[in-house]
Amino acid sequence: MSLALKLLPLVLFLALAGFLAKGLTLDPSELPSPLIDKTAPAFVVDKLPASDGQFDSQEMDGKVWVLNVWASWCGPCVQEHPVLIELAGERPIPVVGLNYKDQPQDALPWLARLGNPFAEVLDDQRGDVGLDFGVYGVPETFLIDRDGVVRYKHVGPLDRASMQEKLLPLIDQLMAEASS
Amino acid sequence: MKAFRISLLLSMLLCLFAPLTVQAAEETVTFDTPEQAALFHALLREYRCLKCQNQNLADSHASLAADLRREIREQILEGKGKADIDEYLVARYGEFVFYRPRFSSKTAILWLGPFVLLLTGLGAVYIMIRRRAAGRVRQIAALEASVGDGSDEAARLLRARQLLDD
Repeated sequence: MSLALKLLPLVLFLALAGFLAKGLTLDPSELPSPLIDKTAPAFVVDKLPASDGQFDSQEMDGKVWVLNVWASWCGPCVQEHPVLIELAGERPIPVVGLNYKDQPQDALPWLARLGNPFAEVLDDQRGDVGLDFGVYGVPETFLIDRDGVVRYKHVGPLDRASMQEKLLPLIDQLMAEASS
Repeated sequence: MKAFRISLLLSMLLCLFAPLTVQAAEETVTFDTPEQAALFHALLREYRCLKCQNQNLADSHASLAADLRREIREQILEGKGKADIDEYLVARYGEFVFYRPRFSSKTAILWLGPFVLLLTGLGAVYIMIRRRAAGRVRQIAALEASVGDGSDEAARLLRARQLLDD
């Protein structure tokens, strides 16, 4: 038996151990979004409060914008909220809040209490827009470029570190890009 | 011991009631034809609930699963088939919605890997058996050659060898 053949089981074991070790560090609840680098779904919904009229996603054409999916029943959204307020102050881009499967009478007091970073608050009581965006865990944050293409998605509460390291640099890059 | 028996009996009794508590993830749904209903129930078992990833859409109580069940029902009523609904879900949630991944260049290793490993293993076993058999034939030939010299020692060794092999 050659040395290479003798070492083969050890090599196979190390490879398997390597894959398993990598698996331990991955978060299985974080799924890659098939929407990345695809055109964001177009939608028209009521704004909150309803007296503000309707929002058409085409209004955002030519703008870099953030779509944040949140709900008053969502615990992690409370934790994320200060980061969104900071984000809205950091860059001159609209942060749009999609109120997902929530009641307006719960959502509006929640915003009044914690502060409202959103340029628009949108009403998605049935979760239809959420479905089109492939939302499966609230909160989720999408970054959409001037051409209406989804460029980045964050699942779960946005924290200060990932905002500073990922979202803000990408926003700056997208703002520098011309619309095609 | 008596206490143990009682606790065993109690837990067995409790098990009788267990199945009752896991029903009714699905809302009552109606369809125009039995085929549509059958398609609906078959599809729900194929798709994963994204919220509670180890449950399919039929089992999950998550509100996302309820929304997806509603959407799938509406699409079936519109006359859409499995291919359309697969496409709808993959566009939003990716291949992960399938419990049984579709065969593609990305999933080929997943589908074929086990068979490749099995064939490799069988091949290795075959080669080992061949080598061992060839080695034995050589040994016996060598012993027979020395028997030809008329040496008693060699003849005894050969017999011992053959006995061991049997």
